[in-house]
Amino acid sequence: MRSRLSSLVVLFLAFQNSWSAELNMHGFGQVSYSPRVTGLKPSAGKGDFIFAEERLQLSLSGSSGSNGFLTKADFFHDGLTGKSDLEIREAYLDLGGEIVEARVGRQIITWGTGDLLFINDFFPKDWTALFAGRPLEYLKIGSDGMKINLHLKTLEAEAVVIPFFEADRMPSSDKFFFFDPFTQVTNRITNKPNSDLEKTELALKISHTFSSWDTALYTSRGFFHTPIMIPDNFTSPTQITFEYPRRNVYGASARGSGIGGVVNFEAGYSDSRQDLSGGNPLIANSQALYLAGYQRQLGEDLTAGLQYYGEYMMQYDRYLTNLPAGFPKSDELRQLVATRLSRFFKYQTWKLSLFGYYSPTDEDFYLIPEVWHSLADGLWISMGSNIFGGARETTFFGQFDKNDNLYVNMRYEF
Amino acid sequence: MIKIVALLLAGWLAPVSLLHAEALPAEEIMKRYAQVFFYAGQDFQARVSMRLVDKAGRERRRSLAMLRINAKTGLNQKYYMYFHGPADVRGTAFLVWKYADKDDDRWLYIPAIKLTTRIAAKDNQSSFVGSDFTYEDVSGRDLGADSYKVLKEESLGGKDCYVVESVPKGASAFARKVSWIDKSSFLPLKEEYYDVQNEIYKVFTAGEVKEIKGRPIIVQRTMKNLKTEHYTETTFENVNYDVGLEDGLFSERYLQRPPEKWIK
Repeated sequence: MRSRLSSLVVLFLAFQNSWSAELNMHGFGQVSYSPRVTGLKPSAGKGDFIFAEERLQLSLSGSSGSNGFLTKADFFHDGLTGKSDLEIREAYLDLGGEIVEARVGRQIITWGTGDLLFINDFFPKDWTALFAGRPLEYLKIGSDGMKINLHLKTLEAEAVVIPFFEADRMPSSDKFFFFDPFTQVTNRITNKPNSDLEKTELALKISHTFSSWDTALYTSRGFFHTPIMIPDNFTSPTQITFEYPRRNVYGASARGSGIGGVVNFEAGYSDSRQDLSGGNPLIANSQALYLAGYQRQLGEDLTAGLQYYGEYMMQYDRYLTNLPAGFPKSDELRQLVATRLSRFFKYQTWKLSLFGYYSPTDEDFYLIPEVWHSLADGLWISMGSNIFGGARETTFFGQFDKNDNLYVNMRYEF
Repeated sequence: MIKIVALLLAGWLAPVSLLHAEALPAEEIMKRYAQVFFYAGQDFQARVSMRLVDKAGRERRRSLAMLRINAKTGLNQKYYMYFHGPADVRGTAFLVWKYADKDDDRWLYIPAIKLTTRIAAKDNQSSFVGSDFTYEDVSGRDLGADSYKVLKEESLGGKDCYVVESVPKGASAFARKVSWIDKSSFLPLKEEYYDVQNEIYKVFTAGEVKEIKGRPIIVQRTMKNLKTEHYTETTFENVNYDVGLEDGLFSERYLQRPPEKWIK
């Protein structure tokens, strides 16, 4: 913590001296609390709270001509552990040019057209932030790497190089209930891809706007960012290893105006490189993924969105043949419907929204109703709930059934 | 549609002497009004400040840079807006491709997650960033959307005006609008919006008018909602026309990396 803090100060001073142009300092103070309301406590947990923290973000940015930089450092106090820490959300340099631009350092990257549904956006995510109702930006985690943008007359290209693997943050057993097939095995280790050059993640997006349709092609070579569990022995395991197998994704998307609103389509092929035959029951099979979305303004300050999403397992027969006895069986095609309704009131100082996922194949759901209110410029509060449910405790949302929670976030930005 | 465009262009290209001719038809007046109020210059740049004041006197502010470019031919326009404040929307950028004959295309960039998204734009009478101004008040209303009638000619604040009534042809937030249009500049000095009960519910008032590069612009304007007693005062600063904005600036690229030179 101390060394990170001092390096930040050094960085700040270095920039202050070398950057003669305008420097901007901004940030916010924020409190977030999220108690579980089911009255149940995970065995490794300490109480009802899934999340409780106070946070100060300081953001320093500057530019000089077409070059610039930005650092966003979050200082926070975790009310559950009593510990304080520092998180560098972003820290990058921008090198500008008419045709080529580069962004080097820790940065958040968002690709694709889905609303809380991701096919070609393989960049790291913090799922616990979503499930505990933290402000949406915390769903995304920075990647340490380089992004190069090429602006040509007819198309735009964005190439991303990430040598340092950043995993998704998944619910942990001290805070969440979730399905764990090896619950009795407490000896667990994590084996993340190291920063060998050959393990560098690479991604390329080529986009073009045809009349007013945004279209893009994507390809990426990297890893699954959610871990798989590998037991040392299937019949009587004593140790579990979390691993991140190799995966490539190839995809495309299109988004534009249509049927009185905005329509979007996205598809991708998730190529499970370490399970090409589909015979390894521990590694996800290769999948074809697709989504179609439609968003429309229904009235003044009232918007509705509808999305349909599917995941088709490529070698379902092999999967079934190799699935160990007692393991929950996935469907060949997992389907999901997602809706979003949002309505502003009182000169947009109040917003009511409802986001919902429902899977007819998994028979599970996840609802997020929220009230947001701006008390004054820069000062807002949001209150809502995360409600999970399903027919079984082994499906993606069904496993979180016991984690229904309320949340409150309050932020003052300056 | 092509007919309307041709008509409009013919109207705008009319010799200046014609502008002061007597007894202009209402349609002609409204074409001139649209031209000076929403289409002036090939491009436009301004820093816009909004003061949103509620019944109790509580104030909110919006500060943004606004850039506009007109299509080389026809009535299409593109708008780029970059929000400087308040703090919770700082860095948000908004792009609108406005069409004369169909719904706009709108893009929104949210800097915290580096997300560019499209927003559905069916209703141009929605509030613009929580103010009393609607999208239409900011970027103009389609000329074919209303039928017009000159009610009378009278003086307002010492200026001779045409008093023109606009009645929407289709469904609209207002039942009719009465505009006092300055005979010399064709800018609206006052506009009253009536609801279906024929009561005035919203009033636009022009404050200070400046001339930039020979083009008159209302640099201070107020929209007041008489029912909620909420009003919004908008001030335009650093106004400039024909600064050489390029069409490529109005693209996704510049949502993600705002053009520093233009958004100050």
